[in-house]
Amino acid sequence: MMDAPRETRQIGRPLTRNEDPRLLTGRALFVDDVELPRMLHAAFLRSPHAHAEILSIDVSAVKARPGVVAVITAEDLGEYWQPGPLLVPPPPIAGMTFRQRCQVPLAKGVVRHLGEPIVMVVAESRYVAEDAVGDIVLEFATRPVLGDLEAAIVPGAPRVHEDLPDNIAAEVVQRKGDYAAARAGAAHIIRRRFWYDHGASMAMETRGIVADWDVKSDRLTVWDTTQAPVVIRNGLAAMLGLSERQVRVIAPFIGGGFGPKMMMFYPEEVLIPWIALRLERPVKWIEDRLEHFVATTHERGQLHDAELALDGNGRILGVRDEFLMDTGAYNPYGLTVPLNSQCTLLNCYDIPAYESRFRAVYTNRTLVTPYRGAGRQHGIFVMERLMDAAARELGLDRVEIRRRNLIPPDAFPYRNEIIYQDFAPLTYDSGNYGPILDAALDAIGHAGFATEKAKAKAEGRHLGLGVVCYVEGTGIGPYEGAKVRVQTSGKVTLATGIGTQGQGHFTAFAQVVAEQLGLDARDVEVTTGDTDQFDWGVGTFASRGAVVAGAATHGAAVEVRKKVLKAAAEHFECAEEDLVLDGGRVSIAGIPERHITLGALAQKANPLRGAVKPGTEPGLEATSYFGPEMGATAAGVHAMVIEVDAETLRPAILRYVVVHDCGTVLNPLILAGQIQGGVAQGIGNAFFEELTWSEDGQLLNASLADYLLPTALDVPRMELRHTVTPSPLNPLGTKGAGEGGAIPVGALYAQAIEDALDLPARGIEITEIPLSPSRLWEIVHGHD
Amino acid sequence: MKPAPFEWHAPASLAEALALKAAHGEEARFLAGGQSLVPAMNFRVAQPAILVDLNRVAGLDSVVEENGALRLGAMLRHARLERDATAARTHPILAEALHEVAHPQIRNRGTIGGNLSHADPASEMPAVMLALDARFGLRNAAGEREVAAADFFLGPLTTALRPDEMLTEIRLPALPPRSGTAFLEVARRQGDYPMMGVAAVVTLDAAGMCIAARIACCSAGPTPVAAPRAAAALLGTRLGEADIAAAAELLRDEVEPLGSVQASAGYQRHLAGVLARRALLLAKGRAA
Repeated sequence: MMDAPRETRQIGRPLTRNEDPRLLTGRALFVDDVELPRMLHAAFLRSPHAHAEILSIDVSAVKARPGVVAVITAEDLGEYWQPGPLLVPPPPIAGMTFRQRCQVPLAKGVVRHLGEPIVMVVAESRYVAEDAVGDIVLEFATRPVLGDLEAAIVPGAPRVHEDLPDNIAAEVVQRKGDYAAARAGAAHIIRRRFWYDHGASMAMETRGIVADWDVKSDRLTVWDTTQAPVVIRNGLAAMLGLSERQVRVIAPFIGGGFGPKMMMFYPEEVLIPWIALRLERPVKWIEDRLEHFVATTHERGQLHDAELALDGNGRILGVRDEFLMDTGAYNPYGLTVPLNSQCTLLNCYDIPAYESRFRAVYTNRTLVTPYRGAGRQHGIFVMERLMDAAARELGLDRVEIRRRNLIPPDAFPYRNEIIYQDFAPLTYDSGNYGPILDAALDAIGHAGFATEKAKAKAEGRHLGLGVVCYVEGTGIGPYEGAKVRVQTSGKVTLATGIGTQGQGHFTAFAQVVAEQLGLDARDVEVTTGDTDQFDWGVGTFASRGAVVAGAATHGAAVEVRKKVLKAAAEHFECAEEDLVLDGGRVSIAGIPERHITLGALAQKANPLRGAVKPGTEPGLEATSYFGPEMGATAAGVHAMVIEVDAETLRPAILRYVVVHDCGTVLNPLILAGQIQGGVAQGIGNAFFEELTWSEDGQLLNASLADYLLPTALDVPRMELRHTVTPSPLNPLGTKGAGEGGAIPVGALYAQAIEDALDLPARGIEITEIPLSPSRLWEIVHGHD
Repeated sequence: MKPAPFEWHAPASLAEALALKAAHGEEARFLAGGQSLVPAMNFRVAQPAILVDLNRVAGLDSVVEENGALRLGAMLRHARLERDATAARTHPILAEALHEVAHPQIRNRGTIGGNLSHADPASEMPAVMLALDARFGLRNAAGEREVAAADFFLGPLTTALRPDEMLTEIRLPALPPRSGTAFLEVARRQGDYPMMGVAAVVTLDAAGMCIAARIACCSAGPTPVAAPRAAAALLGTRLGEADIAAAAELLRDEVEPLGSVQASAGYQRHLAGVLARRALLLAKGRAA
């Protein structure tokens, strides 16, 4: 098969996004845009307590309110009331403990977190539904609230799940090499305790769902803000006793996913289709921001006690870590988050020995499921902070100690042996870390920074530098699929089962198709997230869209290219080798006037008379699947220069640099957007966002006035550079890039602020995230 | 996040508006810019049975100057006052503080009277009113009474307004010659409620001696908090760095910050001292 001529290359071009005209002119369909005749609206009565026994529920006043159509409690669900499924079973790790407790559609007897739904009201309008929720009379007996991780594991502590012996949801120990021996031979032991709290993702679009049961076609259509429409379709069909053909799930344009919209099944996702079927009327529920704060999953805190063993030259001999992780009231997402923390902690360093134990702890908080970074930033924070402390103890430059420990380029694939979230032993497929670090130091002005800092200091200004390394496990299986078809118009369609929440799939995948079929990427029409178009697949998460669905798309496009060339060769009665596929047409090499368009070939491949040859298929279409044997590991370095007002402790970022290696780049413009958005969320995580709880488990800042997201003024322009080390695990050589922007920012802030205020010289270290000026003041003041 | 049912009235005259309020009392709320009340209604924290919408009442949004004194209509939008050339000349602290009030979209709708009547102790303008020694015209169907800003703010979201009254006019005395003003705050993000804010007004005599000073803080207690002891300490000084530092130290003890999700009380008190020092230095420079 010929290589595509160079001028037709589509992969790697910074194409503006095919989807943007729709989005920018308000013509993109979001779930709340779905308006159907006779549509009803749901509202939920949610638990006002973090932990309580429900003594009674009186809905009699609700039923009398005009406009109310249905009032549903757990009792009304009958057999349909079932705990949600375990989405990700734990991987087979010897000696592990895992105690599954999944969320329920409506609380029965006990509420275990704030916002847990108790009653669903369906009415003619959302206004009436919310008025009716106010009519419900409940009696509770509050129970002790488990919030603090260490308090929750004290023997005899009150339990979140009374049928369990304690609040331990899981315990896992993993080892690489012999840490005890490494420690015995170490010249330096660095030991610290770290607290890393990750917040709520706060997608701009909250969750929402519309379900419509069409009696005449016997089909259920569900519009859902999900990152995994195929899985939702399959699950709903099973729960509702319908065939998969009878259920269509559409994940239309979605205003941000970031992980929590991968959670299956939220109570509302189970209840809205069910009630729509029973009432034979469409039902809509759109989550409001207040609900979002307590009913959409979070990520939250981990408490690490970690130890780094080094030789006299600053080479790492081993790492030991023990951590507690808040998993919230239920754990449908298994061990994904803590395993990511455990695995990613090893970062880009050559670490011969590792011993890590974690315990996931049930608390009376909203569920924890992956949120952009998905536990990786916790691990990176621990490792990078240990490296900074080690550099000080050994009198080494913080860059030098990192450089000495980077995995060398000839050591790939590099085996870390422990089991990763995809059940495979953690192996870094490819990498070349030294040039990434060099490029970041160059871009941030590392060589001249000491002078810059001294000069600023003379003016009474406090500048700090941060340089932090990270890796990002991406592109895990099991698989995705794609279907490519040439239409008789000459345009090409692509359908895949993953959902899209802003990742530029309509453009990047179009480029992958266009690359093979020699046409303009604008002429490739992409459908994602509609199970009527493609219904095999898993979902958009774990930085896997471009890698896994991208590779499946590539495979399908390659197959269609073969069909196109075969059909054209038959048409011209020439050899396939003599054909050129470019500009939406196939021509004979050297005789461009002898050509046939893709559309005409598609028409010939689907004749109305005559016969399609035996053994062939009609049309120019192919479906392909791709499942990587394991995840691809991306890497990068972030660097920044920060200025801190020494009195108010307000920081301002002066320069920010990201150097990133995610293998082959499909579209550098989209990649830049991914990274910048990731850094913005990282800045939120490191500095602005913090869920603040009262002793009795109330969320004290459940509004966007008090839970602070970074604004355009808080996110700096950043300089992006790339190195390219292709992955050997997929035909395009891509690695994921969805989370790298967010992962290292906490560690970077901590290091840069320490540097700006010369905290280590004053005996102060930053060992926690998020920081705020107030918290920094407490940390600094506590030592003065 | 849908409001509870309510009845909406949109009177065309002040007399009609006051009559409605008199008739319904606590049951009714005035709707001015709606930037605080409407979110509170959507959260169902506020559930007024009746809204008296003032947006169709003419003549409540004027800026009138008399010899350097200002009279501001209560329905004056923040954005208009922020850009008003007269106010910029007579009381430049208004625009300086208004720039920190939320975001441009909110300032386009929000009104000065609505903001003051809401009496959020974290809000900037109530503190500025204390520093400017403002007086407020409060009206009911029977007539008007005048209340000093210092007597108007009684507690969080609580004012001297009676159930049948409306704040209709804000009166700012002229600043004497050689006066300087400054407003500074520290917020988590531009547009957020401040963790601490300080408004400072100083007046010098011809020889550069401080003959008058007023300082007030927001996010510093249950109401906007004036700092009379710190201000008094400045009188008779030349506002040297040490004089100002000493006053800032006094002010730290005059504020009673409550602590919040964003800032501990200790940090707020620390900020009060830092900001008082910086604001007084700025005001002094502007007075010269």
